Amino acid sequence: MKRYAFCGTLVVLLVSAAAYCSLLLAPTESTMGSIQRIFYLHVSSAWTGLTSFFVAFLANIMYVYRREPRWDWLGTSAVEVGVVFTSVVLVTGPIWAHPVWGIWWTWDARLTSTFILWLLYISYLLLRTLVEEPERKALFSALFGIFAFIDVPLVFGSIRWWRTQHPQPVVMGGSGSGLNPVMWKVLFFSWFAMVTLMILLTWSRYRLEAMRGDLDTVRREAEVS
Amino acid sequence: MKNLGSIFAAYAIGWGIFFVYFITVARRTVALREDLERLKNSLNRGK
Repeated sequence: MKRYAFCGTLVVLLVSAAAYCSLLLAPTESTMGSIQRIFYLHVSSAWTGLTSFFVAFLANIMYVYRREPRWDWLGTSAVEVGVVFTSVVLVTGPIWAHPVWGIWWTWDARLTSTFILWLLYISYLLLRTLVEEPERKALFSALFGIFAFIDVPLVFGSIRWWRTQHPQPVVMGGSGSGLNPVMWKVLFFSWFAMVTLMILLTWSRYRLEAMRGDLDTVRREAEVS
Repeated sequence: MKNLGSIFAAYAIGWGIFFVYFITVARRTVALREDLERLKNSLNRGK
């Protein structure tokens, strides 16, 4: 418990420091002005959400291969946390877009593929509530999770493969892409802070899922006796 | 600073989502721990 409280405090400090850097330390972007500061929260949340779905994908593969409950617990925890980060992306994006584009939303490739990603993983979580038997629930959701991950490379590639209204990539975007060096540092520090938050949330959620597993075991023992 | 309201809204809603999620996980954990303790106690009493 002490270790958890220490890690929690550390994460809060890191996220606060990232916010300070994003809002006050990073230089103001020349064409968009201050509204560009949303970028540090939006992009770092997006990268962290995709990282979380990648963790879930690995856990889903491990469950199908090993059939050990701990991989199912990690898979569902990472999916739930990934959905939270993607929700932040889907909310902060339109708040940035309205003053910059003059519209809240457009069905371009990046926005649509991200929205579909969010819907796919919401479906993953809903699927788990529909199957009662623990082993079947774990297997079905692991298989669905592997299928849902197909959309992650599409989200990543959408602004590289198609012409979109969404801004072009700042990482691996080819010639002409990139950022001011201070903006880079702030963006990567924000991502680092978000990854620590992701680890803390996944850890909390995993403990909950493990406890649910214990409860099922005790219940089964009670039914037998 | 221009668009201060939008920046404030984005950060407040973003952090709000994380905070609300953390609270729901914590509440679910407390409820489940109580269930587990109750079940263990009733099992011990039955033995």
